[in-house]
Amino acid sequence: MAEYTIAKTLDYKGLACPMPVVKISQQIGTVAVGDVIEVHTTDPGSLSDFPAWAKTMGHAIVETKQEPGVIKIFVKRQK
Amino acid sequence: MSVDVDKAIAELKVKVDGMPGAENKLTMVVLSGSMDKHLAAMVIATGAAAMGMKVVLFFTFWGLPALRSPQKKVGGKSFMGKMFGMMLPKGRNKLTLSQMNMGGLGTAMMKGLMKKKNVASLDEMYDVAAQLAVKIYACQMSMDLMDIRKEEMIDYPGLEVCGVATMLAHAKESSIQFFI
Repeated sequence: MAEYTIAKTLDYKGLACPMPVVKISQQIGTVAVGDVIEVHTTDPGSLSDFPAWAKTMGHAIVETKQEPGVIKIFVKRQK
Repeated sequence: MSVDVDKAIAELKVKVDGMPGAENKLTMVVLSGSMDKHLAAMVIATGAAAMGMKVVLFFTFWGLPALRSPQKKVGGKSFMGKMFGMMLPKGRNKLTLSQMNMGGLGTAMMKGLMKKKNVASLDEMYDVAAQLAVKIYACQMSMDLMDIRKEEMIDYPGLEVCGVATMLAHAKESSIQFFI
């Protein structure tokens, strides 16, 4: 597992499609290239949507954690 | 045999740039007038914008009344125009489900469910779409047909009226086209 520091944690719990992806797209520009944003979501669709979004946008999902009641997705700004 | 690589690349670039579907853009025709289909249209539009695509929506026929503002009124309409005005939904919040509407009960229940499950409403979707610079065009021909005026439409940033050629020009450049 790669080492990284979290620049920002965002709470998207309760939000449904397409809002988690819409919101991360608005937030990714607020951190520096190379920084990681930790996203908390309860939307299971985000498990496939965040990687799809990241692939399209040229960013990376460095880690995904499924914990009871919350999915944590770690998004790295790559450009 | 020698090949001028730079020249070949330049020629190729001109060809590729002129190819249909070369732009990272989504063009969607919104013809339907039901709430569920408008919700789908706006989810796709905002999602695509979030994925870095340019998004262009064309509202035509039954899709058009969703752009009417509930607050605005215009006078001087023809008899048929007034009839259409009365019969068609006055704005996006008056749209009903395409199935299981049950005289409005189904739509009300669906709106309640959406709130409970935290699915964004059409109002929120339009706000997000505006923030993400989703472009909306209204079809001039449908507007003439049903006597729907630009002055009675919502104050959406960059809302414009156009014809089929504008839509086709955008669709040709787009890598994705939808029809809802």
